[in-house]
Amino acid sequence: MSNAMIEARDLSKSYGQVDALKDVSFEVSRGEVLGFLGPNGAGKTTTMKILTCFIAPSGGTASINGADVFEDPMGVRRSIGYLPESTPLYTEMLVIEYLEFVAKMRGYTGTDARKRIKKAVEQTSLGEVIAKEIRQLSKGFRQRVGLAQALVHEPPVLILDEPMSGLDPNQAQEIRELIKEIGRERTVILSTHDLGEVQVTCDRVLIISKGKLVADDSPEELRERSGKASYRVTVAEDDEGDDKRIRDLLGKVEGVDRVRPRTADAKGELIFAVSPSSSDDLRRELFQAAVDGGFVLLGLEKKSEGLDAVFRDLTTGEGDAPKKRSKKKASAEDKKAEARAKKKARDEAKKKADEDEDEAEEEDELESQEDETSTDSDSDDDSASDSSDDASDDDSDDDDSDDDSEKEKK
Amino acid sequence: MTNIRTIAGRQFRSYFNGPIAYIVVAVTLLVLGFLFWQTFFLQQRATAREMFNYFSLINYFALPAVTMGLLAEEKRTGTIELLITMPVTDAQVILGKFVGVLGLYLVMMLLTLPYVFSIASLGELDWGPVFAGYFGLLLQGLALIGIGLACSSFTDNQLIAFFAALAISVFFFLIDKFLPLMPRGLQPLLEFISFDTHLDLLRRGVIAVRDTLFFLSVAGLAVLIAFRSLESRRWS
Repeated sequence: MSNAMIEARDLSKSYGQVDALKDVSFEVSRGEVLGFLGPNGAGKTTTMKILTCFIAPSGGTASINGADVFEDPMGVRRSIGYLPESTPLYTEMLVIEYLEFVAKMRGYTGTDARKRIKKAVEQTSLGEVIAKEIRQLSKGFRQRVGLAQALVHEPPVLILDEPMSGLDPNQAQEIRELIKEIGRERTVILSTHDLGEVQVTCDRVLIISKGKLVADDSPEELRERSGKASYRVTVAEDDEGDDKRIRDLLGKVEGVDRVRPRTADAKGELIFAVSPSSSDDLRRELFQAAVDGGFVLLGLEKKSEGLDAVFRDLTTGEGDAPKKRSKKKASAEDKKAEARAKKKARDEAKKKADEDEDEAEEEDELESQEDETSTDSDSDDDSASDSSDDASDDDSDDDDSDDDSEKEKK
Repeated sequence: MTNIRTIAGRQFRSYFNGPIAYIVVAVTLLVLGFLFWQTFFLQQRATAREMFNYFSLINYFALPAVTMGLLAEEKRTGTIELLITMPVTDAQVILGKFVGVLGLYLVMMLLTLPYVFSIASLGELDWGPVFAGYFGLLLQGLALIGIGLACSSFTDNQLIAFFAALAISVFFFLIDKFLPLMPRGLQPLLEFISFDTHLDLLRRGVIAVRDTLFFLSVAGLAVLIAFRSLESRRWS
């Protein structure tokens, strides 16, 4: 017996001419929280529907807790708790009525059922709304009812399709905590297109794009896979106002792949994004270049690429794009990223306002892996503090590790 | 078995949690009472035959209305996914739904009992045809519920389910009314599949195996179609 709770082998599914899923294989072991990540229409929901025996794969097979989806669908269903996308519930029922119905469907009656319902209600903190009609509940509470129904039979495996979508940041945070809690003793698969989600909640990430598995790693490994960092270099504008010279100088530094100008935050500043060709630390070389070239370095900041960038690379590129983002694509991508960043900034401003202490702590932990440093140059004090302000700004903003787009925004 | 009962119970209660049951039951009883009692006293006879006649007419509209949401609504809201991914078979889901509506229909039939007792208090009522009449209504109900369930299984739009079920039901009602216009060779067949042919006999108090089997076959076939249609989601 392997330790795998969920085992998918060469799952394929085609709807008519369209291949929704192509030879997807993966295993999830006991107690693992797996994030299933991909753009809309990539095949996340299809995979989950196959795992729950709602639909049958056109090729391959899967087993959950030792039960095969073809041979023993009842066994599979007994082992799982499932929360479909958008949390469909019988809205005309009371919460308690609904949970009683679910318990009965799962074969529990009498005191056993009551005990289980009580436990699920406690776990999901539904106590206060238990006698309300589901239709009167907020989205966050509905989501909890959805989770409660998936927990009544204490299944070893939980399959959650987009459990955070449509929730406001507070609600999302609560559900996130809940899933983490649940994930301690159970195997959980959750699908999402939110990268921050995955980083916070999941032990492992599967990225799926156009029906194919493109990555299977821990969030940290995935970020490392993107490999190199990039640098944000702030310099003082020289008298001629000529950024060409500085740009060329930066470009000549050994190990620099590409230098792109960025919109400056303040007058008299020039900002460049420097992409290295290897993963070696280039900060010394860049600083040396400033000294040699005679321009004033106001800020120098190293950033590793966020999961976001990896995700984008994996799901929009032809394949193993993270190694090389082609130049042609870059400009189009920049525009996209800019638009995204704008939207993100708005979202985040809102989010930040609501964020509580806990989350900030968590985020910090994560961020520490991002290895963000700001090196003060030997220029005047004002601008030095300027640049570190800048860096800390980024820090708190970017809870989705969306460094890349953050940067591009600026 | 437990699963069927649980699903049926939920379905039955959901009718009474919302307005549907009250509207359908109330309208049915009102229309029935109006049509029936209006002519009852002119006839000067203590018979419930006309009541069964009117009831069966109303069924052609009422039953598509109560069955239209059975699966269509669950598909639209997605609750079907939660229901089916519990440890139940597709057959149990279909049968549970069927029994749930049947429960509502039985309530409707029971609520006409006061009419029957009123008739009995007004004159000498022959209970034989009354029993056969109810039996006929039950059979017709089974068939119509089956048709409604099948229609509901093909769409996620309740209105489409309603009109499809209505069209099929009315077809079975009207088919013998146009008998003279039909090709001679087809006439026996068309007469046989007409609901009224079989209901007439029952209303007269004749319970025949042939009529019973006819309605049960229609119901069975429709339920089978609904089952297949639900199952087909797995492969499409």
